[in-house]
This record gives sequence, structure tokens and C-alpha cells, in this order.
Amino acid sequence: MALVLCLGLLVVACGGAAGGADGDGEAAGTTLTVYSGREEELVAPLLAQFEEDEGIDLEVRYGDSAELAAQLLEEGEASPADVFFSQDAGALGVVGAEGLLAPIDNAILERVDHQFRSQEGLWVGTSGRARVAVYNTEALSEDDLPDSIEDFTDESWRGRIGFPPTNSSFQAFVAAMIDAQGDEATLAFLEGLQANEPELFEENSDVVRAVAAGTIDVGFVNHYYIYEVAAEEGDIPVANHFFTNGDPGALINAAGVGVLNTTDQAGAAETFVDYLTSDKGQRFFAEETFEYPVVRDLEPSGDLVPLDQIQSPDIDLSELGERLPQALDLLAQVGFL
Amino acid sequence: MSIAAPVIRAGLAASRAGREASQARRALVLCGLAVGALMLLPVAYLVVRALEADASSWDLILRGRTVWLAVRSVGLAATVTLAAAALGVPLAWLTVRTDLPGRRLWGVVVALPLVIPSYVGAFALLAALGQGGLLDAALQDTALAGSLPDITGWPGAWASLTLFTYPYVYLLVAAGMKGLDPAAEEAARSLGRSSWATFRSVTLPLLRPSIAAGCLLVALYTLHDFGAVSLMRFPAFTQAIYLQYRGAFDRAPAAILSLLLVAVALSVLVLEHSARGRARYYRSGAGSRRPLRRVALGRWKWAAFAFCSALSLAAFVLPVGVIVFWVLRAVSEGEEVRFTWAAGLGSILVSSAGAAVALLAALPVALLAVHRPRRLATVVERVSYSGYALPGIVVALALVFFSINTVPLLYQSLPLVVIAYVVLFLPQAVEPLRGSLLQVGPRLEEAARALGKSRLGAFRAVVAPLLAKGAGAGAALVFLTAMKELPATLLLRPTGFETLATRVWSGAAAGLYGKAAGPALLLLAICAVPLYFLARRVEVDEAEVESK
Repeated sequence: MALVLCLGLLVVACGGAAGGADGDGEAAGTTLTVYSGREEELVAPLLAQFEEDEGIDLEVRYGDSAELAAQLLEEGEASPADVFFSQDAGALGVVGAEGLLAPIDNAILERVDHQFRSQEGLWVGTSGRARVAVYNTEALSEDDLPDSIEDFTDESWRGRIGFPPTNSSFQAFVAAMIDAQGDEATLAFLEGLQANEPELFEENSDVVRAVAAGTIDVGFVNHYYIYEVAAEEGDIPVANHFFTNGDPGALINAAGVGVLNTTDQAGAAETFVDYLTSDKGQRFFAEETFEYPVVRDLEPSGDLVPLDQIQSPDIDLSELGERLPQALDLLAQVGFL
Repeated sequence: MSIAAPVIRAGLAASRAGREASQARRALVLCGLAVGALMLLPVAYLVVRALEADASSWDLILRGRTVWLAVRSVGLAATVTLAAAALGVPLAWLTVRTDLPGRRLWGVVVALPLVIPSYVGAFALLAALGQGGLLDAALQDTALAGSLPDITGWPGAWASLTLFTYPYVYLLVAAGMKGLDPAAEEAARSLGRSSWATFRSVTLPLLRPSIAAGCLLVALYTLHDFGAVSLMRFPAFTQAIYLQYRGAFDRAPAAILSLLLVAVALSVLVLEHSARGRARYYRSGAGSRRPLRRVALGRWKWAAFAFCSALSLAAFVLPVGVIVFWVLRAVSEGEEVRFTWAAGLGSILVSSAGAAVALLAALPVALLAVHRPRRLATVVERVSYSGYALPGIVVALALVFFSINTVPLLYQSLPLVVIAYVVLFLPQAVEPLRGSLLQVGPRLEEAARALGKSRLGAFRAVVAPLLAKGAGAGAALVFLTAMKELPATLLLRPTGFETLATRVWSGAAAGLYGKAAGPALLLLAICAVPLYFLARRVEVDEAEVESK
């Protein structure tokens, strides 16, 4: 009884508070609910700029991309979300495959390079993230590094490499390798890595820190982590080495956005997607988060190797998700998980 | 007629009292069932999802690796629990029963590691002692460069979980010790037992329920922990569950694995039940309780002092030092360090509501377990542990599923976050309540009733004051744990609502430790307040020190 009473009180108290907030939103105009798997520290300035430019209020729910995807799947048709802004294509692919995403306007889709969007037009990439090998510039020079990630199975790298096997970007790379070369070749590669006694990490940024400290010489991460760590720790002796020519190590994954088909704000949602793929949005990703713009004919900033030289392996990023259970399986077999 | 009237009146009164009693009993059972039903939600959800599993999911589960992970998780839980008991019981004895220098202060200080979330603690340990960490960097130009052992894997997971959970054992055992009657010990001493033999044969058995309760909380905490094991890269059962959600986006195998985790937790409960035994723990002799005598440590005094110091250094000063270092570094690099006061208020609001509701829900469970230990009560009690054994994300998804399909109004509201805390942490409220109820003998209640109190009156006069102690401890424990909770808060909170844990997460997720350190420090400061009262509660009044 007391329990019910107490809960009742809470409902009233919180309902009152929530109601007040909603009222403010309506007075100012439309409110769009965004589930963002992209980190607040990175994208909040862009989203604030969007609110100012477009006069649309955002209610942003930050979380882990995969956990937000799981939440969207549980919510199903009752989801309060209008837009899903995801860290990687895999999470968007899963939500799309479940039939929860609405098709995106063709004009927007066509701006973006075909490898960075859903083939069914259910989501569109907003920025690209290249897999690289980071290396300690005091221990190695660019010429010491091999052209293919597969060469790191060579004995000479024993005890010198590290990567984060539980991280979704690394798992996506393994899934892409399975897609390109099949199970056996991927397993052989992973076993070769294991024989070189790699250092395993939980987070990409920890890999970069270990390379900076000289604990290991080379680490496999996404290309922008050295900028993130440098922002925190100042100058670090670490540089990116890009794999090129369609090497399996050259996967470029996309962060992207999809519109939930339960939205009652289709217009505002489209404005949001349009904004992220506009010149302004793309410049933000290129200059502030050091990612690759995905709209055609836009150049990446700084010392990033242009996309046409990298030639990411030709795969459908949406379908990467289907290879993931297999990737996890191989990683577990080898003992990385 | 004139004789019959009082008799009839007395008879009526008796039957009314009987009716009242049976009504009270029925209400208690109903409340217990309601709580049990709430606690069953996650399991019900998991069954729904597990039934969707296809052959390939089952293949994924039914193989050696799952067994291997289960063995590792159980092994970790067992070793952490043993170590936590090995730290917690002596600490309780030192701070409650001896003349340890600075005893009152230590009573609070050794409980402090409880304010440190295990993921923050594990992270700080790695940052301080791990390879490439602060100590490693400091040694770089010395002869000891590169000589640090790798602490990741089992040693790191074991050490961090032990250091940040032993206070559960310490606090519950210290409270139990304070409630002991010295008469039993004095009898043993007068019969010629040495003080060690007395401790082993009399004190320790009397403390069995508190030790078992503390160990149970530690064991189940270790089983459901994800943060520390993943940071230490110790492949455990929870990691397999998270990988299914995060890596493979597959809910069916995750559900099956979670159900297996619940099964493991249930077997731990059965184990605890037999360890607890069916003994009685209340005093039944005449006379009133006297204050406990304290033992003079003699030349062991400073060894005990060093033990407490070393432990506090590793479990509290070190992690706090690392966080302070991050704050200072951020400040020195001109970054703005935000303490996020609004998030602090948010944390306090939901955590206190969680503690209050958990306490109300724990009351019928504990009363049923102690006063009516029959099959129904046992089932309700066991069920109430299932949420505590599950990783936060599983409980959160279960509540997403039920709330959005039944009471959409509740979805992403603060009451739902509160309900999640109750489902996740109820045992932390039940255990101290049960502990204090066990020390209330039925005679006390009977005596009060014989003195003319009604059943409710007897409860109010006799049981309630004793219960209040356990209630305070339970509420404080739930509050502390809720303050640190992350995965369920992230999924269930109203959009835009922030707690300190979510602020720590959003800084750490971006790899910006300076950003995470401010809210982490504020979290520790807020948690220290209820912890202070929790630890002070176990302090005994000054009593004469027993001479050797």
C-alpha cells in the first residue's frame, strides 16, 4: 500500500515536472527527439548550432550506439524517438533490418558516396572513420610500416602490437575481413596476431596512450583517436599509418543517421538529416571531430589520406552486422575475447 | 446474563484480535507477493526473449566456451568473496572490539571504498599501476623501468572488486558485532577458553548471519559486475552478455546467457542459506544486554594500524588521488572543470527515492523471511535476488519492454528509474533488515503482547525500534549503490535528465578523463555523507578495555 502510494506521489511529482518541460518545448516550436550514440562531448556543439539555425528544438538522448539500438528494438512501434544518430553503420543496419526506419529522401541520399549509405535508402552516413595503425614516431618511421595489416602476423612484430578486441570498430574490421576473405583466412590472420602476443585493450584511446608511452609500437584503432588523446595530453609521439589499395585493414566505417518510421515529425527529421549532410554539417565533422566528410567532392582536413587512395574494401556497411556474430566467434576462438 | 456479558465481550475481543492478526498476515503475504512479482519482471522478459532464439543462438550457447565463462565468473566471485570476508571480518572486529589507535576514525575510513564505483576504481588502479600508467611513467628513467607486472586479467579484476566491495562485509558484520550480547563470550571465557578460542567457537558462529549476508552481497555483486571485469579484460559471463548486445546486436543469446546467470545466482543463494543455518540468534536469558568489552591489542596494536592504513591507501587514497590528479591536470591545461551540480541534485533525487521505495519493498520480504520461513517466503526472497544478479542493461531492457507495452506513461520517467533501482538493489535493503529482525526474539514480541499491547502495538513498541537500525543501513546501502548506477539510468532516464554517473560516463566515453573527473569527485563527496552515518552507526559506546 505504502509502496503504491509512494510511487503514485512520484508519478505525480515527476509528471508535473515533465509536463512543464513539454509545455516550454511547444511554445518555442517543434521538438525533435534524437537518440544519439555519438558522444555528447563531440557533437553537442553541432546540435546546438542546428537548433539555432533551423529553429527546431532537439531533445537528445545520449547513450551507447548498440545499447540505443537494443532499446529501439524493444520500443518497437511505440518508440518516442524521431531520429537515430549512430556511431556506426552496424547499429543502423540492425534497426533498419527490423523494419523500424523510414526511407530517406533521394536528394539527400545521392549527395553521399554510395559506400556510406544504406543500399535500401534507410539510413545515410554523416562521417567516415578509417581504420589505421597508429605508431610511435620515436620507435618507427612511416617506411617501417607494412602496406597490409596482414603483415603484422610476421614474427618481427612480436610483443609490439596492441588493439581493443571488445571494441565495436575492431569487431567491424574483423567482420569486413570475413566478408572479403572468408572464415578460414580471417581465422589464420587472427591466429597469426595471437602468436605475436599482442597487448589487448578495452578502449581505442587506451591503445593510443600505450603507443604514446612506448609500451607498444603499433596499435590498430580508428584514425581520429590520436587527435582526441592529443587534445587531452598535449603533444604525443604518435602518427597514423593508413592502409591503402583495398587492404582489409583499410575499412572505412560510417557514423550515420536514420529516421524512425514511428516519427510524427517527419519534416523536422528530414531537416535534421539534411543539415548533417549539408556543407555546414560536413565541415563540422572534418574540422572539429577530424573525421572524413562523406559528401562527394569534399576534402578531408589536415593530414588525412584522401578516401580515393584508401579504397575501402567494397562491402555493404549495413550487412556488416550480419557478419558480426561470426567475427565474435572467431575472436573468441582465438582467445581475444 | 450479568455473568455472561463480560465473557461474551472477551470472546468477541479475542476473535476480533484473531481477525486482525490474520488480516495483518494476509496483507503481509500480499505485499510480499506484489514485491515478488515486480522482481520477477526481468526473468519474465528474459524468458520471452529466450523463446525467440533460433537454432544458431542455441549453438552459440551450448558449447564449451559458455561453461568456461561460467566457471571463470564463479571462480572470480568465490575468490573475491573469500578475500572480502578475510578483510571485512577482521576490520569489523578491530574497529568494534579492540583498542585500535584511532578506532572511531577507522570505523568510518575503512568503509569509504564503498563510495567508489567499481568501474571508476578499476580504471584508477589501471591508470596508477597499469602499464603506461602514472607509476610506470614515473619509473621510466630509473633502473626499474618496465618492471611493473601486468595487473590486467584475474589479478586486476580480483583486486579491484575485492577492494571496492569488502565494505559490504565489514559494515554488516560490524553491525552484527555491535548487537552481540557479551554474556555468551563471558561464559566461554569463564569456562577456560582462550580469547581466540572464544572468538572462533562463540563469536564467529553468532556472526554467521551477518557474514553470510555480507558475502552474499559481494558474491552477487561480482557476478553481475561488468565495468571492472571489462576494464581489467577478464572474460566473464557478463562480458559475454554485453558482447551479444553490443557486438552482435542479438537479444536472444543474451537472454539465454542472462537466464544462466540467474541460475548461477540462485545456486549461490542456496549455498548461503545452508551457511546461515537454522540457528537462533537472539538472546533468551534474563537480564538486559551490557556493553561489549574491548580487547587490548598490546603489541599487535601497530600492526593492526598498519593493516588499516595500507588497505585505505590502496582502496581509497589511490583512486581518489588519481581522480584529483585528472582534475588538476585539466585545470593546469586551462580546461574548464565542471562539477555539474544539477546532475548532483538529479543523482540525489533518484537515489533517495530508490532507497525509500526499496526499503518499503524490502520490509514484507524480510518480515516474511524471518517470521514465516515457509516455502512461499523462501520463493519470494529468492526471486528478490534475481535482479541483483543481472547486469544493469538486462534489467533496463526488461523495464523498457514492460513499461512501453503496459504503462507507456511510465516510460522514460523518473519513477521508472526508481523502479529499476528497486529491482536491481532490493537485496541490499533486505539483508540488513533481516539481520536486525533475526536479533529480535519472538519472546520480546510475546512479552509486549502479554503486557496488553495489540499485535500492531507490540510491533510498534518492540520490533520497530530494532528494525529502524537495519532500515537505516539498508536505505544507505541502496542509496550509495544507486548513486553509482549507470546502465539502467542511461536507458530509462527521461531524455536530458542527468546524474553524476551519466556525466562521468559521457566524459569517459569520449576519452576525456579531465571531463569525467569533476563529476566523479562530486559523486564521491556526496556518497561520503550517508556512508559516514552508516559507519558511525556501528560504533560502540566507550567501554572498559578488557585486560589481557
